[in-house]
Amino acid sequence: MSVSATFKGRVGSFPIDVSFTLPARGLTALSGRSGAGKSTVLRCIAGLTRLAGRLVVDGETWQDGRVFLAPHRRAVGFVFQDASLLAHLSVRDNLMFGARRAGPGPFVADEVIALLGLAPLLMRATANLSGGERQRVAIGRALLSQPRLLLMDEPMSSLDGDSKAEILPYLEALPGRVGVPILYVSHDAGEIARLATHVISLEAGRVSGVRDVAPGGPEGALAGLSEDARDRLALAALAAGLRPSDG
Amino acid sequence: MLEVIWTTLRLAGLTTVLLLLVATPLAWWLARRRTWWKEIVAAIATLPIVLPPSVLGFYLLVALAPKSGLMAPLHVFGVRTLAFTFTGLVIGSMVYSLPFAVQPIRGAFEAMGRRPLEVAATLRASPWDSFWSVAVPQARRGFLAAAILVFAHTIGEFGVVLMIGGSIPGRTEVISTRIYQAVEGLRYGEANLLSLGLVGFAFVVLLALMLLDRRGGGAAR
Repeated sequence: MSVSATFKGRVGSFPIDVSFTLPARGLTALSGRSGAGKSTVLRCIAGLTRLAGRLVVDGETWQDGRVFLAPHRRAVGFVFQDASLLAHLSVRDNLMFGARRAGPGPFVADEVIALLGLAPLLMRATANLSGGERQRVAIGRALLSQPRLLLMDEPMSSLDGDSKAEILPYLEALPGRVGVPILYVSHDAGEIARLATHVISLEAGRVSGVRDVAPGGPEGALAGLSEDARDRLALAALAAGLRPSDG
Repeated sequence: MLEVIWTTLRLAGLTTVLLLLVATPLAWWLARRRTWWKEIVAAIATLPIVLPPSVLGFYLLVALAPKSGLMAPLHVFGVRTLAFTFTGLVIGSMVYSLPFAVQPIRGAFEAMGRRPLEVAATLRASPWDSFWSVAVPQARRGFLAAAILVFAHTIGEFGVVLMIGGSIPGRTEVISTRIYQAVEGLRYGEANLLSLGLVGFAFVVLLALMLLDRRGGGAAR
């Protein structure tokens, strides 16, 4: 039960040549500077951008040399950078848009609404929501479309400091509560350190590194160790050639 | 007088409904395609704005005449010609008002952008589904503007309906051609009454369009 992806081709003048697998659970960050191809990879997985390649999700082939599933036939949840709520629909109708089409599944409306604190927003028009509220609705909407894979394209990058602080606890709770892999695009090292258990780094359209990290960052992983043990571990890590992460 | 008003409203109503059906796929195609040559199609669809109605009326008359190649397939159904018929008038009006339907709808589709459709696709909506559940509702202002413009433009047309309709009372005579004939026959009272009616109608239409525009500007962001 996992995701394996390979994409190769060009978008405009920009080459993409990536190959990676995702663990079956947890949040994998796709990191790299702007222009490294992070969003393009995400769009390829959703089928919104078409490059040559191969994509297998839970043993089901979404794309290879012969197959290319249209976006609406792929069980992905996609959270866009700017939430992209459908402006002609209320919050409730945005949430139910995918739910109606996907049918029943592991994600139940009441639970998702509770998980993301959406109950007070349901009857509101999307135009009157704050940035953080919009993004929470977008996440709920994606989950209710019963995805087997949740894709998030820098969901915090368009938010101001207060909205970020408001939405972060929800994002931190997400990997533990949803049983599907999350691929989370970000160039923010602090964000990645707080949220990710697995990091894929992209550079100029190629995978430049893959590493596992403990959820909650180094503090979280080492919290149970004594001061002394932490120092010894740090020395051992330095000796092994590891550098402190920039988070 | 009531008969001519009824013919006019029937013509405008029918033209509006049929033209929206024809213009919507064309506007969609023009808004979504990225080829340069689509602008050739767009220019052809816009020609009726700049051509004199007499030019348009003349070619439509030729096209709807018994000897026209377009009419030949209809001969087996007992239809010899559509010139000087109400059906011919509807076809002529549709051609004449085509740009007034295509432009606002195309503009609305373009203003919407690709994102809402991408969102719909990731939420399991097929292209056909998302066209109806996302594109059409989001472009509703464009559809409303197109419908008002086409209806008003059809009521206001004169050259084309005179050329291909011949202003036959009870069949192809509409308000604008009746006014012309009333003036020719020195019936100024009748001409004045119908003209005043059209002035009032035109004012109401423009006011409606402007209010629509204002609301659109306020609610869009």
